[in-house]
Amino acid sequence: MTSTAPPAETTTAARMKHLIAIGDLDAAQIELILDTAESLREIATRPIKKVPTLRGRTVCNLFLEDSTRTRISFDIAAKRLSADVINFSAKGSSVSKGESFKDTALTLRAMGVDAVVVRSHSAGAPLQLAHYLDVPILNAGDGWHQHPTQALLDLFTMRDHLGRLDGIDVAIVGDILHSRVARSEVQGLNTMGANVTLVAPPTLLPPEVDTWEVSVARTIDEVVAEVDVVYLLRVQRERMNRAFFPSTREYARFWGMDSERLERLREGAIVMHPGPMNRGVEITADVADSDRQVITDQVTNGIAVRMACLYLLLSGRGDEVEVGA
Amino acid sequence: MSELLFKNGRVVDPTSDHDATADVRVVDGDVAEVGPDLGAGTAEIVDCSGLIVTPGFVDLHTHLREPGFEDAEDIATGSAAAAAGGFTAVCPMANTEPVCDSAAVAEMVWRRSVEVGLVDVFPVGAITKGLKGEELAEFGELHSSVTRVDMFSDDGMPVADPLIMRRALQYASTFDAVVCNHSEDPSLTEGAEMNEGAVSSVLGLPGWPREAEEVMVARDLILAAGVGARLHVPHVSTAGTVELIRAAKQRGIPVTAEVTPHHLVLTDDLIETYDANLKVNPPLRTERDVTALREALADGTIDAVATDHAPHAPEHKDQEWEHAPCGMLGLETAFAVVYTELVESGVLDLLTAVARFTTGPSSVRDVGEHGRGLRAGEPAHLTVIDPEAIWTVTPSDLQSKSRNTPFAGRKLTTRPVHTLLRGRFTLRDGQVRV
Repeated sequence: MTSTAPPAETTTAARMKHLIAIGDLDAAQIELILDTAESLREIATRPIKKVPTLRGRTVCNLFLEDSTRTRISFDIAAKRLSADVINFSAKGSSVSKGESFKDTALTLRAMGVDAVVVRSHSAGAPLQLAHYLDVPILNAGDGWHQHPTQALLDLFTMRDHLGRLDGIDVAIVGDILHSRVARSEVQGLNTMGANVTLVAPPTLLPPEVDTWEVSVARTIDEVVAEVDVVYLLRVQRERMNRAFFPSTREYARFWGMDSERLERLREGAIVMHPGPMNRGVEITADVADSDRQVITDQVTNGIAVRMACLYLLLSGRGDEVEVGA
Repeated sequence: MSELLFKNGRVVDPTSDHDATADVRVVDGDVAEVGPDLGAGTAEIVDCSGLIVTPGFVDLHTHLREPGFEDAEDIATGSAAAAAGGFTAVCPMANTEPVCDSAAVAEMVWRRSVEVGLVDVFPVGAITKGLKGEELAEFGELHSSVTRVDMFSDDGMPVADPLIMRRALQYASTFDAVVCNHSEDPSLTEGAEMNEGAVSSVLGLPGWPREAEEVMVARDLILAAGVGARLHVPHVSTAGTVELIRAAKQRGIPVTAEVTPHHLVLTDDLIETYDANLKVNPPLRTERDVTALREALADGTIDAVATDHAPHAPEHKDQEWEHAPCGMLGLETAFAVVYTELVESGVLDLLTAVARFTTGPSSVRDVGEHGRGLRAGEPAHLTVIDPEAIWTVTPSDLQSKSRNTPFAGRKLTTRPVHTLLRGRFTLRDGQVRV
């Protein structure tokens, strides 16, 4: 089963115990994940899209916040590796069930799951979970904090299309303040040597963003011709009710990607979006359907990247060095 | 006749600037004399060699949680925590259930505290009925009750409406009472969970900007100056608030202020663990704020250290950060934290530190004979501290019913050995005497 194995050469990347924040990974670890995903990608093209790698392992999808896309992606990833998947969903927090978060964690521990994929509205919940459980925790998005597998699949997609990550120019446009994707994206891109520019009205930039080692531009026109990637974030329409910006019309005018701006992109530059898109706000329909967008690739690559993460966290546990064995 | 002689202690009394070795004689609950080498006579001798003897500590800002939230604390356990921390007087805040907006509730709290007998309790009345920020509570009824309430606060809830706040200040002056507004502009802190800044930015937690406190304090200072009424600013947390209060005091505006031990010591970068015991309102700020608060406490811009002792049952703190309630224990660690971090580092001399726990708070409101110093004829409220005691904060060893100390595992220097309320030991040799 050579095709299910990650890169044949052993790696010097340190073993990961959890995947909670991209900032916890160094470049070698990120590269290992991307290379592993590369070798697992082929499984999706087989008639029988399944390998026995994680047979007998139980992965719990603990989804404490509504999510369809990410949950399905993790579900498919685990099933393609033959893991048993249990779904533990609860809308809202553990509080709404009258149970403390600690008790939820202790219940999972008692059930003997081998890994927990956790999505929560509450920043920090995956890290808190890691204090109670000694199995790998995969953060599938926590509040505004982190969404590491999203960033990894984006890095994978960028590397796939551009051939490298080091030295590429990436503009992340939109609601950075409320975005876990942006936080993971910035950390991952910085680690891999890319140049990041954040583009947003000041109301949607994180406080003291000067501590982030990024450039900041005011409007999309300042950067559109000078980047290899335009990464558009979803803008929630309810933001305008709290004076973050006056209207979606005005937002689109200064921060939206349209066909005129598409024309000004560098040759080979790509347009990305983590989904779900608000067509007509941050992205016009013609851009969303253009040959520059790689948005559906992101979705496809997400499965391979999540397979790689599950594989690296779950297989060969106790094997501290030879991740690739 | 009962007679105690506290022998050879370092007597530190801010009311007389006394800081020298002396003996304190207590007869029938009152201080009889203070001086060197007092004769023992028939007195029981309490050897205080190497120990510090001070007036009993006064806490302006305490949550005893009774009535209503006895899963977190009650008057008995909160009083025990106070005694263990060297306090002889505490001021429980009004955010109980029912709210302390009537004499009945204030007197119930007071009566229960008298039954427990470990600490004198001076309830804080609500500014508005039910803490709703709409109608004034009956200040006069509360003031003329047996508890003599002369401090009003909706602590935890700001009085957002400037008209209500202005009238509260005006009306309170009828009874020489002080109004203490929880300084937070609520529209600037919608959903806020920690200090807004570089750390919240990375942790993805909604920010509680300093401006939300400063805007409210500035408004209240202007209102207090306008109507000529007294304002007390609770739990000052930012350098900007310090500047506002300093300027107001220079202009003669009648304002007092308090700071908590945790805001003097802890900073928001600790929150990277998402340990909900660090969640508090106002939130932990940054080094720059801590430095300003320490200077303000030293120079008297801030009058008092107040604990904002806020117990929460473990099941409420064992939540995601977002869902955990705000608040930290404080009574049992307050003086030790200030001593360890501010006295040992030279920010405060011992006499000033003691003043901020005694005469400082008693200058803000009427706390009876507390904070008046060790003088012949006064009731003997005193605290004896071992300055050499080094101890590690262990939540399960605390007297409080709750465990939410942010100092768990920290090594602190100094610990109260004895606490006396009217000459009776409430803490003796480190043991609470129920």
